[in-house]
Amino acid sequence: MEELDGEPIVTKVEMPTVFSESHQTAKRYLTKQKIENIGLIPEVNSKKKQMCFDWGPGEMLVCETSFNKKGKSETVPSCPFIYIVRKDVDVYSHILRKLFNESHGIFVGLQRIEEELTGKSRKAQLVRVSKNYRSVIRACMEEMHQAAIAATDPDSSRQFSSQVSILSAMELIWNLCEILFIEVAPAGPLLLLLLDWVRLHVCEVDSMLADVLGSENPSKHEGFWKLVTILVLQGRLDEARQMLSKEADASPTSAGMCRVLGDLMRTMPVLSPGNTQTLTELELKWQHWHEECERHLQDGTFVSSPHLESLCKIMLGDEAALLEQKELLSNWYHFLVTRLLYSHPTVKPIDLHFYAQSSLDLFLGGESNPEPLDNILMAAFEFDIHQVIKECSIALSNWWFVAHLTDLLDHCKLLQSHNLYFGSNMREFLLLEYASGLFSHHSLWQLGVDYFDYCPELGRVSLELHIERIPLSTEQKALKVLRICEQRQMTEQVRSICKILAMKAVRNNRLGSALSWSIRAKDAAFATLVSDRFLRDYCERGCFSDLDLIDNLGPAMMLSDRLTFLGKYREFHRLYGDKRFVDAASLLLSLMTSQIAPRSFWMTLLTDALPLLEQKQVIFSAEQTYELLRCLEDLTSGRPVHGEPDAQQLQDDDIETTKVEMLRLSLARNLARAIIKEGSLEGS
Amino acid sequence: MEEIYAKFVSQKISKTRWRPVPSGSLQTAETFATGSWDNEENRVLLWSIGDLGNLDSDGGFEGDHQVLCGTRHYGDVMDLQFFDQERIVAASSTGCVTVFLHHPNNQTLSVSQQWTTAHYHTGPGNPSCSSAPCTGVVCNSPEIVTVGEDGRINLFRVDHKEAVRTIDNADSSTLHAVTFLRTPEILTVNSIGQLKIWDFRQQGNEPSQILSLTGDRVPLHCVDRHPNQQHVVATGGQDGMLSIWDVRQGTMPVSLLKAHEAEMWEVHFHPSNPDHLFTCSEDGSLWHWDASTDVPEKSSLFHQGGRNSTFLSHSISNQANVHQSLISSWLSTDPARDRIEITSLLPNRTLSVNSLDVLGPCLVCGTDSEAIYVTRQLFS
Repeated sequence: MEELDGEPIVTKVEMPTVFSESHQTAKRYLTKQKIENIGLIPEVNSKKKQMCFDWGPGEMLVCETSFNKKGKSETVPSCPFIYIVRKDVDVYSHILRKLFNESHGIFVGLQRIEEELTGKSRKAQLVRVSKNYRSVIRACMEEMHQAAIAATDPDSSRQFSSQVSILSAMELIWNLCEILFIEVAPAGPLLLLLLDWVRLHVCEVDSMLADVLGSENPSKHEGFWKLVTILVLQGRLDEARQMLSKEADASPTSAGMCRVLGDLMRTMPVLSPGNTQTLTELELKWQHWHEECERHLQDGTFVSSPHLESLCKIMLGDEAALLEQKELLSNWYHFLVTRLLYSHPTVKPIDLHFYAQSSLDLFLGGESNPEPLDNILMAAFEFDIHQVIKECSIALSNWWFVAHLTDLLDHCKLLQSHNLYFGSNMREFLLLEYASGLFSHHSLWQLGVDYFDYCPELGRVSLELHIERIPLSTEQKALKVLRICEQRQMTEQVRSICKILAMKAVRNNRLGSALSWSIRAKDAAFATLVSDRFLRDYCERGCFSDLDLIDNLGPAMMLSDRLTFLGKYREFHRLYGDKRFVDAASLLLSLMTSQIAPRSFWMTLLTDALPLLEQKQVIFSAEQTYELLRCLEDLTSGRPVHGEPDAQQLQDDDIETTKVEMLRLSLARNLARAIIKEGSLEGS
Repeated sequence: MEEIYAKFVSQKISKTRWRPVPSGSLQTAETFATGSWDNEENRVLLWSIGDLGNLDSDGGFEGDHQVLCGTRHYGDVMDLQFFDQERIVAASSTGCVTVFLHHPNNQTLSVSQQWTTAHYHTGPGNPSCSSAPCTGVVCNSPEIVTVGEDGRINLFRVDHKEAVRTIDNADSSTLHAVTFLRTPEILTVNSIGQLKIWDFRQQGNEPSQILSLTGDRVPLHCVDRHPNQQHVVATGGQDGMLSIWDVRQGTMPVSLLKAHEAEMWEVHFHPSNPDHLFTCSEDGSLWHWDASTDVPEKSSLFHQGGRNSTFLSHSISNQANVHQSLISSWLSTDPARDRIEITSLLPNRTLSVNSLDVLGPCLVCGTDSEAIYVTRQLFS
């Protein structure tokens, strides 16, 4: 627990020269002092140069400016790098990722616990959730421990070990909070739970036990008495008794004493879960037992064996005797629980803080100051949830712990009254912090989404801001982001993502893809733009590309006029290809008369009419031919007059004029044929 | 399905594939490969689910899967296929296609063949090409076919540095997946809801057949062919629908089954028990579809459906068991759909299940919540 707070990671990025120039105008400057607080940035001489920085969601960019201390610009070559300073280091730990992912599932499950669950079943459920969280922490701790052992260089080994100690502290705090705030154990069971808590976290005893029992002559083992003492301190009296019987077998002289002490251990009244006895009964029995222990001590039963005598004193809850075992107790909360076990076994939750405070004072004895962990535990014993969360936020290097613990306690309806003067409530504030941290990570961002979802007040806005900043490297990733947005009706974001993808596709010359994306975004303007590209390509090449898409537009065709035109124009080609000339002709004409076709395209359409006009049978009726003529006249009369035409233009105009002449000729001929045909048909 | 092992692996898994067992051997699956995506450093890993009691005494309990070996992979692993026992083909979001060779002696993976710019875009302004993600790969020794976001189809031979055949602009939209229909025909699905059949014997860049969903152009993300009946094809779409197609007839799916709530990322027929089908989805679910008709009256009921099946069931009605494997239970158009039994395989919903693979009684799947699930008792 010496070092709870992780050091920030500093990543170096080479700075393009342009960037360094623009950063000269950065508005804010870091003072020298602040940098030293975080950690020194290598290669930057902060004594000589000013630095600039910019905040990111979970990190900060820092670089050297070309200004010296007095604010004068210098051109002396300086540090050519931008540094990325990250505070939330734990997000980048390979092993902790498992913690984040696994706990995400538990978190989501917890949010779905039905509100109607009340009373016992709800409490049982919450306790189970809490235990699940703890087991994930423990699994992570185990793996971190293995990694620390396996690590080859001392530096990373040290880092892993420090992570192990952080995780174990987290689990310790969580477990205590579970007992006090979630289980809300009453007097009696409370102590049993606290005993379990201590046993779980002072676990060297098991390996010691195996070691001693495995030896040839256990009672002569050098750690024998130490082991028995620890067992007694942890209240594991059955095991202690077995050890004593080994001692009795080995040395007949002390056999009697061992038996007496063993009997005392056996007869110590304890609350067992299935027992129906009341607390008063227990207290009475315990009082009797306590007096018996005292009598033995006064009678000098164990006077010839200092080991047994000290054990008896421990069992009497003698503070001095307990403090002698400081080393074996290893910390004040173990001392507290042992002391309660042997002097106040039916301690009430409300009195805990009193014993806790005095135990801490006695144990430290004014020699050292309490550490952050001590303060956190003390706050928990005082039932001051807010203090616990506050201290944890300060001491721990990540938001994971406080966010999840606060959320769980909130589900226990313990935080209702507390409101912050900024943002919304504390639960939401911490969840937002945690989720933002996830979003700043290259690949953990997907987890963050669910956390934002369960922040009723600011979650949605935060998600909107974060989701737009996810880099869309592949379409598959884009689809995942889109799905997130669509599920939450974030239409603005959906549009912007589709637009980005459509733009990308256009840049890559993938018009079909671009059109699909703009249809998905219902982006009429962009669909028009892409349709124009298709038409331009057609004019240049004389054939359509991406027919598989254009032929299958369906109702999406109505998105924009230009797209409708594209689809219809392609339909004309298909009809023409199928030799359905009459249908083709009326479609072609309607494209112009309904004004769907852009003006610029009319000449092409009229030219397309030429082969139809030249067919053997009459296709355009007289009525239709008049319409075509009108279109042609509209087009030619609206033509602007050029000032000084150059040679190229003259040639173009020449071609144009020929085209118009040809059209007029064909139209006239067709009109003649149509009139004759219609006249003769009417006549017949 | 009681025993499903989950393991968190600190990387988002995009693909999981069993290593094929030698044909004719009685071995069960014991090695699989995974690919990761969206990590700062992506990896292709080989895992073993074999008897680990001997291998690893401290961490692994029986059933847990352990890494055999791995290697770095540039870009997201978009698709992964075993070429044979030793070789794995990986498709990258950088447009690169790599063949990795596994050396069982010293447990390493090495690159044995690589096509770095298999898929690329050519922008309008810039003649230099930018990479396009390769989205799908399929192997049929010695050939490898790849498709990509650039709408290109490549035909490689594992020992040739150059592509044997390339169809540029094969598709105007993104090709999402590819599978062999019958050599030398392949089948692709794209992002506007079309299935296209390509015949490598034909020149030019036109498909030999196009099948499509009606109207709404829902993107198709995955495709698998029935292992025995090569005309039966299953696809999964963006809306989570499962479509069954008979490529011999019609241009529309034979049946559309409402399935997942979001993108269906993969669909697989069970290779040796094709009445069973498996699908996974962005919505975090993994489903087992059981169309085996062990109840006799039910089977006669569904045979009244499709035209072919009616005919066959009359002619050889005494060999019910034989023709059941001849006529796919998937093609029946019987409205009484209750004969398909669907089971959800994952205990609780997680983030997207990106990939799954089945072999014998074993199933493996990988998720965005960085967990790999393995079960060895699919049909118990």
